[in-house]
Amino acid sequence: MTPIIEARSLGKHYRVAGGGLFGQSRRTLRALDNVSLHVMPGETLGIVGESGCGKSTLGRCLLRLTQSSSGRVLFEGEDITTRSERALRRLRPRMQMVFQDSYASLNPRRRIADLLSEPMRVHRQPSGAPHDRSFIAQRLRDLLDLTGLPISALDRYPHEFSGGQRQRINIARALALQPSLIVADEPVSALDVSIQAQIINLFTDLRETLGLTYIFIAHDLSVVRQIASSVAVMYLGAIVERGGTDSVLHAPAHPYTAALITAVPEPVVSAGARSRVILKGDVPSPVSPPPGCRFHTRCPKAEARCSVEIPALRPLVPAPDEALHEVACHYPLHPASNVPDRYATG
Amino acid sequence: MSATHPATRRSGPWTTAMTTLLRDRAAMIALAGLLLIIAACVLAPVYAEDIAHTDPFQSDVAATVMVHGQELAVMQPNDNPLHLGLTPLAPTWHPSAYLLGADSQGRDVMARLLYGGRNSLLISAAATVLCILMAAFVGIVSGFFGGVVDAALSRLMDIMWAIPVYLFAISLSIVTISQGLRIGPFTIRSDNLLLPIGIIALVYVPYAARPIRGRVLTLRRSEFVLAARGLGVPRGRILLRDILPNVSSTLIVLAPLLMALAMLAESALSFLSIGVQAPAASWGTIIQDGQGLIYTRPMVAIAPGLAIVLTVLALNILGDGLRDALDVRETSRRRG
Repeated sequence: MTPIIEARSLGKHYRVAGGGLFGQSRRTLRALDNVSLHVMPGETLGIVGESGCGKSTLGRCLLRLTQSSSGRVLFEGEDITTRSERALRRLRPRMQMVFQDSYASLNPRRRIADLLSEPMRVHRQPSGAPHDRSFIAQRLRDLLDLTGLPISALDRYPHEFSGGQRQRINIARALALQPSLIVADEPVSALDVSIQAQIINLFTDLRETLGLTYIFIAHDLSVVRQIASSVAVMYLGAIVERGGTDSVLHAPAHPYTAALITAVPEPVVSAGARSRVILKGDVPSPVSPPPGCRFHTRCPKAEARCSVEIPALRPLVPAPDEALHEVACHYPLHPASNVPDRYATG
Repeated sequence: MSATHPATRRSGPWTTAMTTLLRDRAAMIALAGLLLIIAACVLAPVYAEDIAHTDPFQSDVAATVMVHGQELAVMQPNDNPLHLGLTPLAPTWHPSAYLLGADSQGRDVMARLLYGGRNSLLISAAATVLCILMAAFVGIVSGFFGGVVDAALSRLMDIMWAIPVYLFAISLSIVTISQGLRIGPFTIRSDNLLLPIGIIALVYVPYAARPIRGRVLTLRRSEFVLAARGLGVPRGRILLRDILPNVSSTLIVLAPLLMALAMLAESALSFLSIGVQAPAASWGTIIQDGQGLIYTRPMVAIAPGLAIVLTVLALNILGDGLRDALDVRETSRRRG
């Protein structure tokens, strides 16, 4: 089976002005560095990491909303890395995006009916269907129905809605062209917790009814846990660990993943307080990432080797049951791995 | 601001802006004042012919006028010890004749003030429209296409902006006023109002183009434009549907502020005799007429000066009101 979307050593470099009167000492910011991943139809990949780790850039590069600097992007097996904007337009209906800021992603001067019908009018979709007003009107009603919005929403403007409702509008617009892949870039992080759950449930329901594939970007592990079937953890523009959601979240192999997981507050205070991994310092600048393992400056387990040798993403041996669990660490935490015994006992 | 009830209220951004503007008392007073000034100037011929019975473009130093039952010479002998020269009639404060007195050629200042206002308002309004059209073109092209086009246009704007606005306008005016302007088969005579209109519009293009470019840049990078690209909307349609409607508020806010600047520039040029040409009047030329009478008949200079100040003030207050009203993003953020 071909993956619905695949990235092969994707990189995104920005040239940033350095010092000097004319900014002549330009430096390179590596927002994405050699990222490879693939998502199978029906799967939901969660991408987690701190802000600034490149997860949004990755999402945009995958949909060619941002042009990557190196590597390739394959959509349903087709290389779309160098496709022209015009040629890409034919693929757009099949891959859609939902943004974090539900307000900024809707043109404030257009009514919801205009916003939702825009993609249908641009693409004359679905093909062969009569394009009279009543057809579009019917489709709009279906979309509102699907996303749990009242029919009265059509005549109103984005600012008249709450954040949660606006995110429903964004989802409805993404669904207008009946896509197979949706990249959701932190779609719930700007919402209240109670609303977050509703929107995540909406995403889950839509996946069931429409057979969608998601790439779900979040910085909140509990969000990813609810929706994702597999998880990729990013740090400073690179994937440091990936695998099935259960495997990664219950038995993290990378010290960074472990730190992220223990940072999530526990709803129930258990008798034996769990050991927290507290990281020191800040994320280094992606303009001058540390040599060797990017994480070694903050890693509690770092050794001399970590500051010299860049760890590759390697499968843990033996591979856990369902999905391949890979980690980019010289000394992974996983007890069942080919690492020195001290982790198994400690 | 009270919470809106989405089920009952259906207000578009324009309606919301209008409501806010109507509630802005200062802006409404400014607008009323402005309309009053415009109406008075438009009705200038009515005043000159039917009320004051005078020709504001004809000098008549020998005329006499009946005021409060007295016959007065429009030009009176000077009251200096030598009785040298003539002093124009002082303000009679009587609408039927020389309400604001006469100028040094015996013309009715009030009538000239109204006729001058027509030119001042016409030139500043036309210059504003022309300037905004040019600036919108430059700003939108620059902001939307970016890259080399943007760099070239922005440097051109920087160069224009580096020359002091008045110096620039004066230089252009002196060149064109002296011999008119010949563009291909067309010749624009030096007394044509198109000259000051075009010059004022041109010198303020950088002033207006910069914020428009900035707005377009912000919009081009906005998430809704990214979302439109993600939906596969072609670039031209994005420009038309997503960018232009959001730029229009910037243009509307700029208009009154720009008109105030244009009016000041027009007055300055006319004051220097390189704007509106005699015998036509503008508020600037009337101030110049009054310059020599400033000690004896100050009203000749004060009246047009006051007219300029009041109009510019009204335009600025209205501009501020419009800016507050059209800041859609701000108001809706506060609500959301």
